[in-house]
Amino acid sequence: MNINTQALLSLENITVSFEGFLALNDLNLSLNKGELRAVIGPNGAGKTTFLDVITGKVKPTKGEVLFKGKSLVGRKEHKIARLGVGRKFQSPRVFENLTVKENLEISVCTPKSPLNLINKKIKNEQLDEIEKLMKIINLSKKMHIKAGALSHGQKQWLEIAMLLGQKPDLMLVDEPVAGLTDEETDLTADLLKTLSGENTVVVIDHDMEFIRRLESNVSVLNQGTVLCEGTMDTIQNDKKVIDVYLGRPED
Amino acid sequence: MEFKNLKLSKKTTLVIWVIIIAFIIAAPSILPVFRLNLLGRYLSLAIVALGVDLIWGFTGLLSLGQGIFFALGGYCAAMYLQITSSSEFPNNIPEFFGLYGVDNLPFFWEPFRSPIFSLFAIWVIPALVAGMLGFLVFRNRIKGVYFSILTQAALLVFFNFFNGQQKLINGTNGLKTDVTQLFGQMVGSESIQKMFFWLTAVLVIAAWFFSKWVVKGRFGNILIGIRDDEPRVRFTGYNPVFFKTIIFSIAGGLAGISGALYTVQSGIVSPQFMTVPFSIEMVIWVAVGGRGTLLGAILGAVFINYAKSLVSEALPASWMFIQGGLFILVVTALPEGVLGWVQGEGPRNLLQRFGVKRKIETYPSLEVKNDTEGLKK
Repeated sequence: MNINTQALLSLENITVSFEGFLALNDLNLSLNKGELRAVIGPNGAGKTTFLDVITGKVKPTKGEVLFKGKSLVGRKEHKIARLGVGRKFQSPRVFENLTVKENLEISVCTPKSPLNLINKKIKNEQLDEIEKLMKIINLSKKMHIKAGALSHGQKQWLEIAMLLGQKPDLMLVDEPVAGLTDEETDLTADLLKTLSGENTVVVIDHDMEFIRRLESNVSVLNQGTVLCEGTMDTIQNDKKVIDVYLGRPED
Repeated sequence: MEFKNLKLSKKTTLVIWVIIIAFIIAAPSILPVFRLNLLGRYLSLAIVALGVDLIWGFTGLLSLGQGIFFALGGYCAAMYLQITSSSEFPNNIPEFFGLYGVDNLPFFWEPFRSPIFSLFAIWVIPALVAGMLGFLVFRNRIKGVYFSILTQAALLVFFNFFNGQQKLINGTNGLKTDVTQLFGQMVGSESIQKMFFWLTAVLVIAAWFFSKWVVKGRFGNILIGIRDDEPRVRFTGYNPVFFKTIIFSIAGGLAGISGALYTVQSGIVSPQFMTVPFSIEMVIWVAVGGRGTLLGAILGAVFINYAKSLVSEALPASWMFIQGGLFILVVTALPEGVLGWVQGEGPRNLLQRFGVKRKIETYPSLEVKNDTEGLKK
């Protein structure tokens, strides 16, 4: 295998088998630092399993995941998160019984040990950080409102803010615009674009218009393996991709 | 099960506390000795209920085995009293050992000659046992009903073990405390019992403050996070195992204190403290009072038990039906418990049904209204 030494994350020959069904089949993918990468694919292509493998939720049957040169295989979820991998889930998963501010406190505060949380007050710079995040997602006025009372779009954004609060080196964003209005989708795309460069971001989505707006490299997954990689234009003209995913123009 | 996080308003909490404290202070002069003793016992049960609320109401761990830790605390207290009062008995050890031909105090009871050690043992030992049991269970990611079943199985194991150990702890007979001596007086005497009543009252309040402190800040928020979405907590970089172990251990320690106070006021500790129904009742007190409210746990434990003794006196054998009915009522009509219902829309909805008009809302403030306009379109 030709390993790129510059890569922040590389997946090598990853196979995940669920009782014989291959959710991922010999998948190879590598990401450079500061890159924004979109991952698309039809339903059941293994997009979410791909994130599960990186974040430690699913252990690959075969293969290796390297992040900053360290293997992630077999590490616990919270250890991987502490190494600097953040994840935003498909449906917004915020803590609905906690307020907006409390949600952000959970993501921002470090170290994440019980003793630190029970003993000490939150640090001032962390409070500033929370203020800043609430401004970005425009929820400052609602900081004391339970997250469960927010609209779908606001929950999506709160979860993105929680992801930012973790200051991860790698952000995995699963369908960030599902259920958002067009306007919100555009804002989310801009937000993600501004994040890349400093952060490495992987976005998984179905929404082609949204992916196009990201102006990033795209990896197409199909049946658990990378079908094709390149810019949106390359992808759209790739015959294999057209066959499995985009549909023929005459359709 | 859908959990809502109930935060009692400061005013309601204060009012309830003023009533509770006024009642506690007045109790010794208005209640006959027998009733006062019952009240003292039920107040001590409020402490174990606080622990159940911490692990179930806040963290979502439904333990059906709190009786283990409750009984451990009771045994520690009872054994200390038995040992200090055993100077007239052969070999200077508690009388029951003689029945089984035991001449020497079993080694693990030796430290219980010390009052200071015993005072610590009452809560440290149950907390350690809970911590170890919890760590093993949580590390293996056992949760939900499997956790409940496991705690109940552990309870049965302890129950059977304690029942069979005549030579160590007097087996099924348990350890009596009312004829032992403390400060030169019989533990069962009126003055000592009154002292225990005051001690219990103070400790209930202290336990409430402690529980409040545990759940109020970011630590409590993580507990709520674990209850509502544990994987999400993990992916944010927290290890839920430690948080759950700590809170389960705290609940165990509270159960131990509760068990010790209950033992000295009821005069005996026996494996009956570890029966399955008793541990389930603890959960019912919290469910009826209102889980996730802390104060609900205290009120639930005291009122249900007091009602139990009054009803059982008037209509023997009917209590089980009433308790069952109460639980069904709470599950179907008051899922947040009585305190949750009072705090929520409950009373207003009820008044509305009787034709009393609802006040027009002045909340939320204009600012928030402007904010939500966009959402309504």
